[in-house]
Amino acid sequence: MPEQFLWAMEVMLNGLMAGVLYALVALGFVLIFKASGVFNYAQGVMALFAAMTLVGLQKGQVPFAHLINTIFGTDVHKFGWELAPWLAILLTAGVMVLFAWLVQRFILQHLVNQPDIILFMATIGLAYFMEGFADLMWGADIKTLDIGLPQGVNAWIDETTFNLFGYGFFIDNLDIAATIVAALLVVALVLFSQYTKQGRAMRAVADDHQAALSVGISLRFIWVMVWSVAGFVALVAGIMWGAKSGVQFSLSLIALKALPVLMLGGFTSIPGAIVGGLIIGVGEKLFEFLVGPHIGGATENWFAYVLALIFLVFRPQGLFGEKIIERV
Amino acid sequence: MTDMNAESYVTEDGRTIGGVIMEMKNITLRFGGVTAIQDISFDIREGEIRAIIGPNGAGKSSMLNVISGFYVPQEGEVWFRGRRRAKMKPYQVARQGIARTFQNIALFEGMSVLDNVMTGRLTRMKTGLAAQALWFGRAEREEIEHREKVEKIIDFLEIQAIRKTPVGRLPYGLKKRVELARALAAEPALLLLDEPMAGMNVEEKEDMSRFILDVNDEFGTTICLIEHDMGVVMDLSDRVVVMDYGKKIGDGTPDEVRNNQAVIDAYLGVAHD
Repeated sequence: MPEQFLWAMEVMLNGLMAGVLYALVALGFVLIFKASGVFNYAQGVMALFAAMTLVGLQKGQVPFAHLINTIFGTDVHKFGWELAPWLAILLTAGVMVLFAWLVQRFILQHLVNQPDIILFMATIGLAYFMEGFADLMWGADIKTLDIGLPQGVNAWIDETTFNLFGYGFFIDNLDIAATIVAALLVVALVLFSQYTKQGRAMRAVADDHQAALSVGISLRFIWVMVWSVAGFVALVAGIMWGAKSGVQFSLSLIALKALPVLMLGGFTSIPGAIVGGLIIGVGEKLFEFLVGPHIGGATENWFAYVLALIFLVFRPQGLFGEKIIERV
Repeated sequence: MTDMNAESYVTEDGRTIGGVIMEMKNITLRFGGVTAIQDISFDIREGEIRAIIGPNGAGKSSMLNVISGFYVPQEGEVWFRGRRRAKMKPYQVARQGIARTFQNIALFEGMSVLDNVMTGRLTRMKTGLAAQALWFGRAEREEIEHREKVEKIIDFLEIQAIRKTPVGRLPYGLKKRVELARALAAEPALLLLDEPMAGMNVEEKEDMSRFILDVNDEFGTTICLIEHDMGVVMDLSDRVVVMDYGKKIGDGTPDEVRNNQAVIDAYLGVAHD
């Protein structure tokens, strides 16, 4: 087999894995957008915040240590214990639920029936607030996230492909783990929304607020629930990205990559978020590999946005979104 | 002649009408400077079909929204099953056993007919979030029980053929019927129908009338409905409240209302000389 083709295959596989992570972030957007019509600009920062909280809890950091030390002249930094990864994840999930409740109680509840743009602006404000708050709480230094996920090249794939094609594929174990976790998460979400009482209520709220009220669904409860689920998705995304490239501010910028994913997949479709993520992941890696060298490289920075732009022109509702029909 | 002031009585067609289930006392509702409802009192008795009629803009829909908790009146008291209602959200009213349909149809368009009707059972489902996630056996058993009830209602309203169809694709008349099915699925103590016949052709209207009568007869459901089509209402209801410009101008059996001068004036207009 020609080497060029094998390389392209390897690039494509790696693209798929990267796409899974884009899809994870996009999924958080879709969940909230479907249930409350809010485009949550803070989704990326939520992932950052969740990852920082996870690291902080696991390493036994004292929250607001810097603030406490400055005010009281003390010198505390650590509690001196380390938590097991699963316990730290559980506690962080709890923090995200609390966060969801606070958002509903202090922001959404006061903005019911406001135009979408107001809610959108509120989430921008929330994003900047959280960014600063997370820094204040856990410190702004770059942290390493290690919860025991496998890292490094997958020897089995390397060996098998080498024996088959005479060329070993480089696939990172972490990417494989991320893919498996993401797949499980999506299956769990689908089961939840299709087969449980709360899931049905969630779909109902997403469809029609008034009708939902008339069958006895509390909008507040559903919103807290949806933001909690989105918080949990952000946590998973934060773990995967954090393990890959460290927990740092740039983590919140991956939210921007989720935008073209959503334009491709449609803002209201869970399968759309996944397929969109995969297409963008594979597309940008392949484009960089095949076309990049001829036009000076660095195409990964803009490829996704150009693809989204093309979609906006020819299919504004995305691949899976609801078709927009205006009746006159 | 039956005594309609008695604790309970039996109608000519053999249905038993019980005591008062819902009472509205001196309800006044204002939107800014506009008074939509002015000092209206009436009651709804268990097992009866109670209609609220009146010309356009009379305040009928506002009244229904007060009963279902979507509007909170500035003055007056709402009594349900012998208890005065405190300030309540619409979903809490629904959980008390008051189901409703909407004038402009509020269905979950993206969901199938079956799923739509199943949402009507939400107030009846007991299993909590954690139990649903962890204890599949119980949640599944509950789901099956509710499915049986829902299938019965679907059969009853003759919408079996479209069970799996997304509601968004259905024609108007069927949507109205699905909305009725969803409200019925809650097994409500009081069923509120906001213009169930609006925008229907004669055949659809006849179907809907038959379903309303059958529901009342078969399940003994108390029904309060709004209509501006006088003819339909007179055939259906046991007692009628007539509203005009936010005030109550008549209350009684269809015959009494039909011969009420104020009602005739409101509907036919009155000569100003």
